[in-house]
Order: sequence, then structure tokens, then C-alpha cells
Amino acid sequence: MEHSNWNGFKSGIWQNEINVRDFIQQNYKEYKGDASFLSGPTERTSNVMKKVELLFALERQQGGVLDIDTATVSSLTSYAPGYIDKDAEIIVGMQTNRPLKRGVNPFGGIRMVRQACEAYGYKLGNNVEDEFRYRTTHNDGVFRAYTDEMRAARKSHVITGLPDAYGRGRIIGDYRRVALYGVDRLIEEKRKDKAAIKNFKTDTIRLNEELYRQIAFLGYLKEMAAMYGFDISRPASNAREAVQWTYFAYLGAIKEQNGAAMSLGRVSTFFDIYFERDLANGILTEEDVQEILDDFVIKLRIARHLRTPEYNELFGGDPMWITEAVGGMGEDGRTLVTKSSYRILNTLYTLGSSPEPNLTVLWSTELPEGFKRFCAKVSADTDSIQYENDDIMRPVYGDDYAIACCVSAMKVGKQMQFFGARCNLAKLLLIAINGGYDTTTGIHIGPQMSVLEGDKLDFDAVMERYDAYIAWLSELYVNTMNIIHYMHDKYAYEKIQMALHDTDVHRFMAFGIAGLSVVADSLSAIKFANVRPIKDAHGYIVDFETVGEFPQYGNDDDRVDFIAKDISHKVITELRKTPTYRDAEHTLSVLTITSNVAYGKHTGATPDDRPAGAPFAPGANPMHNREKNGALASLNSVAKLDYADCRDGISNTFSITPEALGRNDEERIDNLVSILDGYFANKAHHINVNVLNRETLMKAYENPEAYPNLTIRVSGYAVNFCKLSREQQREVIVRTFHESI
Amino acid sequence: MTIGKINSIQSLGALDGPGIRFVVFMQGCNLRCGCCHNPETWALEGGDEYTPVAILEKVKRFKSYFGSKGGITVSGGEPLLQADFVYELFSLCHDEGINTCIDTSGSVLNDKVIKALSVTDRVLLDIKYDNDEDYLKFVGCSIEKPIAFLKSLNKMKIPTTIRNVVIPSLNDNEDSIEYLNGLANQFGCIDKIELLPFKKICKVKYDDMKLHFKFDHINEPNKELMQKLNSKIIL
Repeated sequence: MEHSNWNGFKSGIWQNEINVRDFIQQNYKEYKGDASFLSGPTERTSNVMKKVELLFALERQQGGVLDIDTATVSSLTSYAPGYIDKDAEIIVGMQTNRPLKRGVNPFGGIRMVRQACEAYGYKLGNNVEDEFRYRTTHNDGVFRAYTDEMRAARKSHVITGLPDAYGRGRIIGDYRRVALYGVDRLIEEKRKDKAAIKNFKTDTIRLNEELYRQIAFLGYLKEMAAMYGFDISRPASNAREAVQWTYFAYLGAIKEQNGAAMSLGRVSTFFDIYFERDLANGILTEEDVQEILDDFVIKLRIARHLRTPEYNELFGGDPMWITEAVGGMGEDGRTLVTKSSYRILNTLYTLGSSPEPNLTVLWSTELPEGFKRFCAKVSADTDSIQYENDDIMRPVYGDDYAIACCVSAMKVGKQMQFFGARCNLAKLLLIAINGGYDTTTGIHIGPQMSVLEGDKLDFDAVMERYDAYIAWLSELYVNTMNIIHYMHDKYAYEKIQMALHDTDVHRFMAFGIAGLSVVADSLSAIKFANVRPIKDAHGYIVDFETVGEFPQYGNDDDRVDFIAKDISHKVITELRKTPTYRDAEHTLSVLTITSNVAYGKHTGATPDDRPAGAPFAPGANPMHNREKNGALASLNSVAKLDYADCRDGISNTFSITPEALGRNDEERIDNLVSILDGYFANKAHHINVNVLNRETLMKAYENPEAYPNLTIRVSGYAVNFCKLSREQQREVIVRTFHESI
Repeated sequence: MTIGKINSIQSLGALDGPGIRFVVFMQGCNLRCGCCHNPETWALEGGDEYTPVAILEKVKRFKSYFGSKGGITVSGGEPLLQADFVYELFSLCHDEGINTCIDTSGSVLNDKVIKALSVTDRVLLDIKYDNDEDYLKFVGCSIEKPIAFLKSLNKMKIPTTIRNVVIPSLNDNEDSIEYLNGLANQFGCIDKIELLPFKKICKVKYDDMKLHFKFDHINEPNKELMQKLNSKIIL
């Protein structure tokens, strides 16, 4: 198949089937040079950005939400076109009719929307209330089917953050397809898939209806673009259109869905092919190219969803997780780094540092040195990027995968996941010791047994108990997720995003654990020290007296690090025993977002000397200030967790002062590259890098208005420090900062 | 095998030698420098006991971070008080292709030290003052000692970094810099001079140990001063 808008591209199978990877492989140009070619912001860009900064300031003044359209249900065509500055914009499209005005999206659950409106002084429109009185939301469906035990697990916070009241997210549409093929071709392919369904049973009937809805929404996507004056039925004819078409596709997704994480995918190297074509034809200059990307990124920075304060407690800082995967290596050994990999990172300079989009570098020890050094420099300057190990993901996902949310890898357009938040392993340990009683909420849950006897906790006895409760919780967790995702498919199906996937899609079901380092250290204390349980008046164990030394996770000590590794292995092994909805593949993450604070709050004292209510460490991090041998020992401990067990990602956050990283910029860049190379050579999965002083954070804590753009990496994403709750800010401040002595 | 007495281990050292360093702080020191930030390493007794092989096993776990420049640094305390241990440890490291570095006051020089230096890839040599009087008063040895040490390094052609802690009112002047530059001109083994700002963050350690911090009355040098002095350094 040919199209005049593809002139100048190398042909390949991508023309005959939907295959963006093949298009990239046939056409991209690797770049191994340094950053000296980059352009700064144009005057136009700076002016637009100034307007956006003013809007951000206004949004902060309004308590975090600038405006809500309470009367219009968010969808692709439900708002008139919106602009920041119509004449100056290069890439257009707004979620609602005004920048930073949030829409309402009750399909996941109307209660949450109502509460969110009220929290910011608004009232959900009567028309919306009336409409949804006669509609079943995802949330309604889930709670019709939840068992008493599932409700109790939720209430006791042993499983928390489940996507049962809002969009599940963590699905990445292959937004590039719209640019490469145009919507008409995509519709045509989906029609063929629909026509091919012959035997009608539960699965195929559901798929048949889903395809109908996908096709309908591809039509709405064209209408949406037409409202802005663009015809996206055909392939993009130049770079500006390629970026615009791709953005429209993404915009359609975030108008339709309010999923927790609405990630972008892997677009920069795809765009690069169009940029190179236009540069070669003299249509664009380097300055123009940067300007187009800058304007695109500005759009991503103003994307918003309406959330409740309770939601913010788990996922602080108003994130969208517009994750863009940058760099990596190809299966043929060429690097996927292009000039546009540099350009997208360069937006942190042209537009200033920012948590969104969530720029994620796919690190390989084979990456070109120039790119490694540029990444390290950007990290040291902006604290805005994270790194994930391409060398362990590429063998599993190939070379056209992207990251959803923080650390969840999936082949773009070919795999999706059912997001499942996380269970609290530390709380589960306490429940196990107490024979099925949660002392913080007073709920009886799980197998009912006697409280563990004796003046000293015996490691084998505790482990036997814990194993039984892990088995119990795993089965419950899978079944709970099955209900959630059945109902989400039924009542809040992602039409646009799934239209931008292959029809025959591979599904993951992503489970998560919180409190791994607390559990590892607690079990280590029980094994290597003396832990005496302290009971309350009712005979339940509510505290512990721990006497003696015990190895602590974070010191590269196998005795305890392997406990952490074994626990994660145990959990995924147990989860796999219960079948999943739509035969999804079970995966596991060690990731908390900012919920480590909330998880800690709901968990009693633990045998590792952590007091009741104290925050957990984030993700797979060791507990604060237990590292005795410095940062690399801590990294080595985390690197021991097996990616084969934790395919949904292992998040680690690393903070170091500039002074401890080297004496000058050159040394700091060199050393950061060495640290990343070393960590990933040890098969670690992910790292957030912050190069900053605790004093800066303390100043920002005292005087947030003076630091509106202070960006820091937390578990798996980046946030504006001033957007975190006070409690979350305090937790970030007390974390381990690797300092020079 | 010789047993080493070790105060502590820092897996990420980015300031004590080239690249990423695994830093071993040895227990025991023969001097009492006023600016010392590791008073916990002074006592000759104490510390954890390790064999060279035990340390090697730890270092090896960090090889992936070293890249082409990094490696192990022994610091202290005065590591060359345990020169036999350093020799054995560094020999093992060389067998594993790990770069070796010693951070020393240069106040101990004997046959064992020469042997340890024979397996050392770089020396970080502290030159604290430019005159004997200050050395005797604020360090506890004659300036002749580090100079003699430097002569040996030069003879053995061991790449050397001169390190000097800039202490306001004592050595924060151009004469001091001239002296360091002069050494660099005289001794070909010196390929780098590092000025380190005097820091008082170690005060808490002195307080914890109920020791008097001799330089408590001295202020930390400001950035401008460091920049000015650094601009005069020839290497």
C-alpha cells in the first residue's frame, strides 16, 4: 500500500499491516553525537510558557484546581475547542474549552466525582446527576459484586488504592498509529477484525461489541480534530502534523478516560523520522523542530484530571503519569537514541524543569556515551528524569515497548494491563501474627487462628503463619481484581485507547506490594535478634521489643536481602495460582507512589523497630537511615530483587547531594554515569535520581511559594514538591540523602 | 594473612580518588590534625577486624560501578600504619583488575610502606601547611615527613594528587598556594592539586565523643575564596 504522505520513507511491511515498529526500524537515524546541536526556546515558546506559568500560579492560589466544568461529561467532542493563545500555538487541542479547567468523568464512579467537586467548592451539575441516576458506573458494578471479605480487605487497608471508583489507567494507546496511518485506515483494519469473528460465545461477543465501540470512537476522534480544523482521516504529511495527529490521539484518550496513569508511550524517535524528513527537505530548521516539540510538551504539562483529596493522599502531586520512554537499544544492536531523544529531554531546559511528562530514559550500558552524559547532566540539573533498565526489559518486550505509569513495561499497541494497586505486606505480617486480626482497624480478616504464642517470636513459626496468610491474600487479591476489571470493561471500557491496540491484545494483571523493606527487616529481626511480642489487654500483639543486632536491607547483606527477594517470589508464585479475568498474565510491582506514607499510617508497630503509623520506605527502597555502608550497598540490595518475579517493576529512589557526587560538574556527570551503568549491569530495574540538598527541600517546605517549580523524583514519578501534602513533604525530607562526610 | 582494623566502609566515594571509589576507613592514626573530620578513627585499638580477602570480596561486589577510572581507596585514620594489610589487599585487588588508591598524611615511611606503595595506582597526599611550625602545632609531625614521602613517590613514579584543606586564617593565602604549586613543579609525580574547603559538619562527632574540636572557632571558607584560590592552582 502506498500513500503520498509517505513519500521519502523506506518501504516495509509497515505499509501492509499496522506495524509502527517496522516503520521506525526501516526509517530512523541513530544519533551518537553530543548535545551541541540543540536549540533554545524561541521567543514565541517563552511567551506561551509565561502565560502557562501564570495559569499555574492561579491554579495554586485556587487551592490546586483552577476551574471545573461541572455540567459537561468529558468526552471527545463534548467541549468547544480551547486554546492558551490561539494565534501563537503550533500544536493545538485542550481537554476542555479552557486551559487547566477540569472536566468531570463519572463513568468510573459518580461518587468520587461528586466528592471531588465538593472538595474544591463546586457542585456536580444536576444534569449529570440526573443522567447518571439511570446509568451503571464501573464503581456501581464492582460494589454489586464485591464479597464481604473483599470489602473487609479494603476497609482494613490490607489492599488499598484499587481502581474501583475511577478509571484504571495504565493503558497506553499506540497514539503514533494515527499519525502514520490516519484514522480511516485504522477503522478499516478494525472493521476487518470485526468481520472475522465467526463463533459467538461470551468472549467473542464481548470483543465484537468492543470493536464496534472502538470504531465509533475513532469516528469521534476525527470529529474532535475537525473541530480544531484538522482532517486526521489521512496520514500526517509532515512533522508538525505527525506531532499534532499523535497529540490528538492522546488527547482523545484523556478526554475519554480519567485513568490513574495516562502514559504517552514512546514517541520521540518516531517523531524524529518526520523531523529528519522535513529538515532534509528544508521545510524546518533545528529551531523549528524544538519549537514544535516544546509546544507539544506544553500541552502535556497542562493536562489535568479531577481527583479527590483521598486520592491525592495515595498519589500525591496531581500526577497524570504522561510517561514517555526515551532512548534504549534496538534488537539489531543499533541504538534507538535519535536527535529527538535529546530534544525531548531538552524541553526541561527550554521550558524549565517539570514533573510532566514523566521522562523515562531506557538505559542500556550500550547507549552512546554522549547520550549517557547528557542524561546525567539533565538529572543533576533538573531532578526530572527516571531510568529503567533496557537491557533486562528488551529481551522480554522487544524494542518497541513503553512504560505505563512509573515502571510498567508493555509492547506499545500490543500489550495492556489491568492495574491493581497494591497490598500491604507489613500489615499482613501483623495480621498473621495475630491470627487474622487487624489491630489498627479492629477487623477480623483472613483465616482465624490463635495469636502466636511465646515470649520470643520464632522465625519458623512466623514464616509458616505468614506463608498461609500470603496464600490467602493472594487468592482474594486476584479475585478482587477479576471483579474490578470485568466491571471496568463492562462499564468504562477504554474505546480510543483499545482502538489503538491490536485487536488480539496481550493482557497483564498487575499486582503490587508495599512495605517490602519493613517486612524484610522485621523477619530479619525475628531471625537474627530477639523479638518479644507485647500484647494489649485483649491478648493481641500490638508492639515488639527487639533486642540485639540484625542485618538490615540496604547494606548489601545477603542474609536479609534474600528475605526480601524470597518474599516477592512467594507473593507472585501464590498470585499465579488463581486464574485471572481474560487470562491476563500475573505480574507484580514493588512500587508505592507516595502511598508509602498512607500505608505506614494504617500499619501498627513492626518488629524492625518501626513505630506504629510511621511511613514505609517508598517502593523497593530500604528504610530510611538504615544504610550503613553508603549508597552503592543500598543499590546492590535493591538490585537483588528478581525482575522475573517483579515484571511490573521495582522502583527505587536515590537522592544524593551534589557535593557527594563529585567536586565539579564534569566529575558529577562522570560519576552519575558510572553509578547508572553499575546499577543496571547488576540487573536492577529502575531508579529515580535526585541530585539536591535537603536544605533546599526544607526551605521549600517553609516557603512553598518561592519554589513553585522545584521538581523532585519520588517513587516512579516526579512531582512539584510544593504540590505534595505537608505529611508527604516531611516524609521526603527525612529520607536518606547520600551526603559527603 | 594479616588482619586489618577497619573503622567503616563507604560504598560510594566520589571524592577520594578518580571515579567511583569503594572507600575503606582504617582504624588508628598517629597524628591529631586540627581539621580532622574522622576523630572516630584516631584510636589505635578498636575497629572491626577483616582479612584482606574479606574486604576484597566486598569490593568485588561494586566492580560494576567502577568503570574505567574507579576502584578502591584506603583512607582513615592513617592507612599506612597497617601497611602490611594494605599491601596484601591491594595485591589481591590488582589480581582482580581493581584500581588502588591511598589517602595518606605521608607521615609514615618504612619498608612496609614502600612495599604497599608498589601496588598502589595513586596516592592522595595531604599537604596541610607550608611551614614546619604549623605542622608541628596543628598536625603533630614535622613537614619533613610528607616531603620525604613525596620524594619516595616521585622516585617510584606513583601518580599523586596533592590535597590541601583550606583553613581560613591558617593557610587560606596565596603563599600557601605558591608552595603547593612549587611542589608540583619540583615533583613530576604530582598531576593534580585539590583544594578542599574546611568543613565543620564533623563537629557533632567530636561532641558525641566528648572530644574538643580544636578548630571550632574557625569559619568555613566561602565559595568566593575557594574560587579565588582554585584559580591560582597550576594543576
